[in-house]
Amino acid sequence: MAVTIAKERWTSKVNELVLGAEPNAIKVGGDGTLPFLFFEGDMPNRPVVALEVCDMEPADWPDILKDAFAGVLGDPVAWAKKCVEYGADLVCLRLSSAHPDNKNASPEDCAKTAKAVADAINVPMIVIGCGVEEKDAEIMPAVGEALAGKVALLGCATPNNYKTITAACMVSGHSIIASSPLDINLAKQLNILITEMGLAGNRIAIDPLVGALGYGIEYAYSIMERSRLGALTGDKMLAMPVICFVGQEAWKAKEAKASRDETPEWGDQARRAILWEVMTSTTFAQASGAIFVMRHPDSLKQFNAHVAKMMEPVKY
Amino acid sequence: MILIGERINGMFKDIREGILNKNPEPIRHWAKRQMESGAHYLDVNTGPTVEAKDQPAIMEWLVNICNEAAALPCCVDSTNPDAIEAGCAANKHGKVMINSTHADQWKMDLFLPMAAKYNAAIIGLAMNESGVPKSASDRAALAMELVVNADAHGIPMEDLYIDPLMLPCNVAQEHGIEVLEAIRQIKALAPGVRTTMGLSNASQRCTNRHLINRTFLIMSMAVGLDSAIADVDDSELVDAVAAANVLLNKDIYCDSFLKTFRQR
Repeated sequence: MAVTIAKERWTSKVNELVLGAEPNAIKVGGDGTLPFLFFEGDMPNRPVVALEVCDMEPADWPDILKDAFAGVLGDPVAWAKKCVEYGADLVCLRLSSAHPDNKNASPEDCAKTAKAVADAINVPMIVIGCGVEEKDAEIMPAVGEALAGKVALLGCATPNNYKTITAACMVSGHSIIASSPLDINLAKQLNILITEMGLAGNRIAIDPLVGALGYGIEYAYSIMERSRLGALTGDKMLAMPVICFVGQEAWKAKEAKASRDETPEWGDQARRAILWEVMTSTTFAQASGAIFVMRHPDSLKQFNAHVAKMMEPVKY
Repeated sequence: MILIGERINGMFKDIREGILNKNPEPIRHWAKRQMESGAHYLDVNTGPTVEAKDQPAIMEWLVNICNEAAALPCCVDSTNPDAIEAGCAANKHGKVMINSTHADQWKMDLFLPMAAKYNAAIIGLAMNESGVPKSASDRAALAMELVVNADAHGIPMEDLYIDPLMLPCNVAQEHGIEVLEAIRQIKALAPGVRTTMGLSNASQRCTNRHLINRTFLIMSMAVGLDSAIADVDDSELVDAVAAANVLLNKDIYCDSFLKTFRQR
């Protein structure tokens, strides 16, 4: 007897977000289904991966990570090129030097670095600040202006600094990352506030501030899934693709940081740490993540192999 | 919650005069205003003063004006099949809705093929020539007649809107609780089928009409009402629906929930 596959019918789609300028533009989102359920709707774009570049040598990266970028760690331009060599779909530049506890770099310096990196690569850029809300609001207008025409993704906007970052995106033609701490209501509200300023809904990526495997991943998964269900049933203020900053979370987990000597029962550290980043990412791909910001090039490879398999068409 | 704005109806004086004097202004005004107030459909009814032979042309004229003034589909409301067909043919936005068929076989045989032809949604009244049933189970029985017949015509269940028929609470008070139970039964017996009601009926010739309408609408939403033909100009009613949508987990909460409910 033939088996009838039960199919959901959805009324709406996730917005399609364009990153980068032609001929290097890529698209994310546009889904009319839960992830990879091709028999229920379209998933026109596969999840993409950005590798992370810092504008200064990162102090807290374990050697396994640093080894992959040996020789380029102090040079964001060379580092970004290395990421592209490794096969990154995008480069995510983190402006750590702007942090008041680091170099407290000026908006002009940040803009200069961002421009130099963008000019050196042929993939779209994500640029995030140092995480201090006021400082990020200061640097993003300058960064946005320097990257005019590059159609970058700028962030991270919060309820406290979204106005300046939104304005910067509107003036210079970029898209925005809207961050909310694992809270679907706040995510929706921030999207409303940003669109009310006049930035179109298809120029926003939701950053739900996910945690890594073992650090509340179930909760992040549920939030992302609920948000996708909202988008598919017509909630336009949740119909944005989701960006997951996986690298920063996975690599601060003790499972990634602890050496084999400290925890012999956990096995080889490099294999374990990379697996931690990959498992976190593939889980979120299943939950509806569209853009994955990772750190290790092997994680990118393994994740892409997984996604390629998942993107194969189903027979029913 | 799908709100069908009730205001473009020849029973209202300004609309009636607009029809008689061929003045599109009041129709245009209410089409726009109801859209801004949060309506998803515009009910369009020529009213009883238009003669049967003129109804198709007047219906077409009304629907055309609505189409120009507001990007909303029309809910073509008439007892005259020719007027319904004229309205369906004229509708330009989204999925047109037919208002309505009874559960009598000859009426279903007339209107359901029309719904299929125009890919229309259709309201099915849970009543027949014997009148409005008294009990919830009799309403549900007629609802199932509508479900079976709609299915036979290939009409998707989500395009069938069953109206269990609310009567004014000052003259038929015992019906309220039967209507609520009927909604519950219909949703249990035929998952996927939608429900609707002519809400303002509940408060005909009562005082505090807004309060009665609002209260009954929220009670009905709690047992599964999907839609209502209502006075969307009553902002407290629309606010209450927005809040109920959040409380029933149909809309995801955000601080601007009153505003987002009115946006499409």
